[in-house]
Amino acid sequence: MRIGIDVGGTNTDAAILDGDRVIGACKSPTTSDVSSGIKAALTTVMERTGISTKQIEAVMIGTTHFTNAVIERRRLLEVAAIRIGLPATKGVPPMTDWPADLADALGRHTFLLRGGHEYDGRLIAELDEEGLRDVANEIRKRGLRTAAVTSVFSPVTAEMELRAAEILLEEVPGLKISLSHEIGRVGFLERENATIMNACLADLSFKVVDSFRNALLEKGIRAPFYISQNDGTLMTPNHVERYPVLTFASGPTNSMRGAARLAGLGDAMVVDIGGTTSDVGMLMQGFPRESAVAVDIGGVRTNFRMPDVLAIGLGGGSIVRDNGTRIGPDSVGYEITTRALVFGGDTLTTTDVVVAAGLADVGDKAKVAHLAPELIENTLQTIHRMVDEAVDRMKTSSEPLPVILVGGGSILISRDLPSSSKVIRPNNAGEANAIGAAIAQVGGEIDRIYAMEGRFREDVLAEAKAEASANAVAAGADAATVKILDIEEVPLAYLPGSATRVRIKAVGDLKPEAKEAAE
Amino acid sequence: MKLDSQNLADLAVGAAFLGTGGGGDPYIGRQMVEICLSEGLEVDLVDPDSLRDDDFVIPTAMMGAPTVLVEKVPSGEEAVHSLKRLELRLGRRATHTMPIEVGGINSTIPLVVGARLGLPIVDADGMGRAFPHLEMETFGVYGVPGCPMVVSNEWGDSAVIETTDNRVMEWLSRGVAIRMGGAAYIAEYAMCGADVKRTAVPRTLSLAIRIGRMLRDAKANHQNPFDALLGLLPDTLYHYGRIIFAGKIADMRRETRNGFSLGTARIDGLGRWTGLMEIEIQNENLIARVNGEVRAIVPDLICIMDSETAEPITTENLRYGQRVTVMAVSVPEIMRTPEALAVFGPSCFGLKEPYVKIEELPA
Repeated sequence: MRIGIDVGGTNTDAAILDGDRVIGACKSPTTSDVSSGIKAALTTVMERTGISTKQIEAVMIGTTHFTNAVIERRRLLEVAAIRIGLPATKGVPPMTDWPADLADALGRHTFLLRGGHEYDGRLIAELDEEGLRDVANEIRKRGLRTAAVTSVFSPVTAEMELRAAEILLEEVPGLKISLSHEIGRVGFLERENATIMNACLADLSFKVVDSFRNALLEKGIRAPFYISQNDGTLMTPNHVERYPVLTFASGPTNSMRGAARLAGLGDAMVVDIGGTTSDVGMLMQGFPRESAVAVDIGGVRTNFRMPDVLAIGLGGGSIVRDNGTRIGPDSVGYEITTRALVFGGDTLTTTDVVVAAGLADVGDKAKVAHLAPELIENTLQTIHRMVDEAVDRMKTSSEPLPVILVGGGSILISRDLPSSSKVIRPNNAGEANAIGAAIAQVGGEIDRIYAMEGRFREDVLAEAKAEASANAVAAGADAATVKILDIEEVPLAYLPGSATRVRIKAVGDLKPEAKEAAE
Repeated sequence: MKLDSQNLADLAVGAAFLGTGGGGDPYIGRQMVEICLSEGLEVDLVDPDSLRDDDFVIPTAMMGAPTVLVEKVPSGEEAVHSLKRLELRLGRRATHTMPIEVGGINSTIPLVVGARLGLPIVDADGMGRAFPHLEMETFGVYGVPGCPMVVSNEWGDSAVIETTDNRVMEWLSRGVAIRMGGAAYIAEYAMCGADVKRTAVPRTLSLAIRIGRMLRDAKANHQNPFDALLGLLPDTLYHYGRIIFAGKIADMRRETRNGFSLGTARIDGLGRWTGLMEIEIQNENLIARVNGEVRAIVPDLICIMDSETAEPITTENLRYGQRVTVMAVSVPEIMRTPEALAVFGPSCFGLKEPYVKIEELPA
């Protein structure tokens, strides 16, 4: 049995799974100390299902705690932001495009040093070790406890970041160091931003992971636990203590993967209809397709692996106008229980229309009995057209795929969608996040620019695949189950000579011996 | 005209439109200009007509892979160094700098150079859009030699290229750019004020800013952005524009050969547009056909825009399922002469179809 826990800003959800089967799930309010909310959720779900602590083999936790800390600028450490790349990179210094309040909170301690690599692994310059020792001195003087190190093309070769970490630790024992190649991919400023954000969470990460650990121990659960990251794979608690930034935005991924598991499908579209918006994404082999564009977190540009989700202004509280031909994007939101017609309000919402059509039983249907059949038909057509278009937009080919409907607003969809082969509404859709956490696998990735000249493409790809798989095994995957999930080759435009950027992702199931070892 | 932050944001949008899909993301270039502004430096854009005949203009740019630029951020001094090195070689100080192309990153590099050196930037360029090669410049078409040219890296290492043929200049300098790590910064086509007035495509940067502002205003006022844009064109040198198709991207094929990213976008018609449009891409959009019939062809602009927001979509961001509207726009007459077409007309990209002006093609 596995337990999945989702610690959100408002609710902490827990779900127990036996293999693929959901045995029970529940919601409980999130508490400020995190621990007691987790304990409450665990108590409820274990009582409900009658499962004992001994039966639990692993616990998977998804959390928005770190994302929220950055967004709210709470409990962040001041950071030594060290960049290795001079004389290149000087044109845009660290934290240039950051919101001023966040940059202030982190102290604006930026240092630029000689070093870095070219795309093909040649040196831009030797690492300025002397300069780095001066920076270390400055770190001591300013009393900084955490540092972010970013070197040009470190995803191609990490040696300079590793050497910098060695020197910094020699000079400032106990300094917490975040290295960019462990965090992001090619795209210097975005990777540097993420590394600096990671460094500012260096204290909080230990506290939060401790509160998870204590909650489980106090409930008598001795099984190992893992924390999910934004690509739907798992990290060990030790890894999260060092790389909390990788948990950013794991919520949407868990929700989509949970939906996939509930529906028993690997390749499908997921439509999550809430009160104000609908989020549409695509699952491939059970994983969300990732976005290619830069993602802003707390106002900072990053290149995190985030699911590619299209949000449209359609939800259960969306306002209906023009005789049903126009819906949203504004919504009555959480005020639906006072403002919608079925609840005695004065605003015509999509929920009112589906109740009038007899497709759902919400509030008082007598209050919408007067709605004209034409308005009802128009509205239903508009709703289905909006969702159908969004689904079609997010697909990568014209082939119809099944659509999995989740979220409280899924009552809006009652008909077939032309872009989909079928529409599925799974049970327990409300706890999809926790279920998604429970089924997470272990992943490994490489992202690098290869000079293909004088080499066979197959050899380069084989080397890259082996490295991605090795990364997955190092992260705790069972080697026998590791498979390549995604291969992306992007040849560099405007640059002859066959330089190609290769991104490969491998995933596998958790290694059983890892579980035993932890027990 | 002194540019501010808002102008830079508008320029990025307008340059993506004029770049017809190519030229790379101008984010880093824009950041470098923003830093100049925050240091109190001025970005002073001047009309080409205000140049004196004996003014001396040295255009500056980045060449190479935008994919490298996003990892190896420039020092900001490379193009400045190239300009100074070229001054030394020619024994003459520049009075102005100028873009060589108006699309993508290269709409921003000369702004950094101008701000750093206190030189005004001429509101003109040599492509009137984006093209993949350095010989594809109206400057060269009308007799301005590209050489001597200087290519520099972040160390201030530089190569001076001296050739008589601009195609050979392109070939040699690209080799140097690769040795410099795949992205390098250049100064070339140095010329006097009279030659700028004779050979450059005028007022393209200010046009890009106007386009960006127009799309922003239309969005804020809930106007149709396509109508707003088409309404703007008649009083510019890009006087004729029309929507040639709208629909959904049904297929996107890509491959790379010799540093070109080649591709075909297929668009299924929606609404009043029927049939299938195919757009051939070599870094930039080259030709649009519906059921095999040509609807627009290089060098006229073929712009693929988001049907809802009217935001121009760059080649690397085109994807299956997007709702797009395709707009074709006439380029200035200086780019449509037989001499110009011999350098960047359809045959230069291996296309068999002859050039026909968008105004003369069946709608």
